[in-house]
Amino acid sequence: MSYSKELLSIFVTYILTQNFILSKFLGICPFLGVSKKLNTAVGMSAAVIFVMMISTAVTYPIFNLLTAMGLEYLETIVFILVIAALVQLVEIAMKKYIPSLYNALGIYLPLITTNCAVLGVVLLNIDTNGYSGDLANFGRAMVCSLGAGLGFMLAMVMFAGVRSRLEGADIPKFLKGLPITLIAASLTSLSFLGFAGLVENMFA
Amino acid sequence: MAEKKSLGKEFTKGLIKENPVLRLVLGTCPTLAVTTSVSSAVGMGLSATAVLVCSNIVISLLRKVIPPKVRIPAYIVVIASFVTIVQMVVKAFLPDLNDKLGVYLPLIVVNCIILGRAEAFAGKNKVLPSAVDGLGMGVGFTIALCCMGLVRETLGSGTFLSGVSSINNGSGLAIPFLSQHPMLIFVLAPGGFFVFGLLMACANKLAEEKGLPKAVLHGCENCPMAKSCTIKEKENCASGEEVAK
Repeated sequence: MSYSKELLSIFVTYILTQNFILSKFLGICPFLGVSKKLNTAVGMSAAVIFVMMISTAVTYPIFNLLTAMGLEYLETIVFILVIAALVQLVEIAMKKYIPSLYNALGIYLPLITTNCAVLGVVLLNIDTNGYSGDLANFGRAMVCSLGAGLGFMLAMVMFAGVRSRLEGADIPKFLKGLPITLIAASLTSLSFLGFAGLVENMFA
Repeated sequence: MAEKKSLGKEFTKGLIKENPVLRLVLGTCPTLAVTTSVSSAVGMGLSATAVLVCSNIVISLLRKVIPPKVRIPAYIVVIASFVTIVQMVVKAFLPDLNDKLGVYLPLIVVNCIILGRAEAFAGKNKVLPSAVDGLGMGVGFTIALCCMGLVRETLGSGTFLSGVSSINNGSGLAIPFLSQHPMLIFVLAPGGFFVFGLLMACANKLAEEKGLPKAVLHGCENCPMAKSCTIKEKENCASGEEVAK
């Protein structure tokens, strides 16, 4: 498989078949918490995509540095700190230099620091795309984060639509609130099961 | 107020009344992700309990040393260190469990139960109550994961306790009818959401009989980032509707 085709297959895999929310269960808190309104859902997911991309870009070289020093076991602690510091820095810089972008995304940034989807994508990239420092692997990791972020957005936006339909529905008493939201999420996730096998056949 | 309660109460509140998963709705990611079998659910629950107890103890010891402004990063460092230790122990002694939990084991770092307890309890209380609180919450988390795992494993693969090497070479006890006709959907992602939804409905029903409020997503009140979060003012974020009903 050529490199560009491989990148495309990674990209589609993480949007559809390995969707971070609906099949990997990463980032469930924002999925349930911030998906009530479409504009909030879009803002949150845009911030997630942004943070996923920059975290991968920064942590990938750092992991190579850790490997060189034989300190791989520190990855969890280093990554979470790097991500937290990075998000803070980006927030400050954004507030100062691009206030319009800050108004759109900035409010979601502090929430994303401790979001498992971001740490998840970073760790997953290290696990699946190998540690070797060559540029090809870095490209794979970046495409993987972009796909994961877009998949996150797709799930959030779809689910915001589902939830707006739930508002007016007549729901059994004990299913009201969170239980029906989870069951709706289950059905949304079921629809994504239909994509299983898609990527293998598309890029075979 | 918390100090006046007896230690026993600190412990038992985490089990049922303030069960982190079913009542406080925290730590939903691992609840859905690793509960395809009872054994991995127990493994996850115990790993998180170990981290929770240790980090609660250390954070409580350091509560007067850590300046309030940088407490969240400080808590994260403490938690991440214990997660690394647990990760190494599991990798060394329980490699099968390590493979099963995969990326969710290091992700204990961002489990909101642990940071939430550090922020809500350990940062304000003495060492012993904090340790007991951590233990209670951890056991409560394990119980909730076990319930999920039991339902999903029984219906989804028709076995009980698969993955425990002493039972049937790790394939677990086969349940007569269900093992011939497993409902695979329950171990897949949609089944996770579905079982969690129904379990939550049962918990809400029991809570109502006891006169307790319904479980709601504490998106804002329990979120450790609440102080720096401004979504609340801009939009009514997490649980406006659920609180109302």
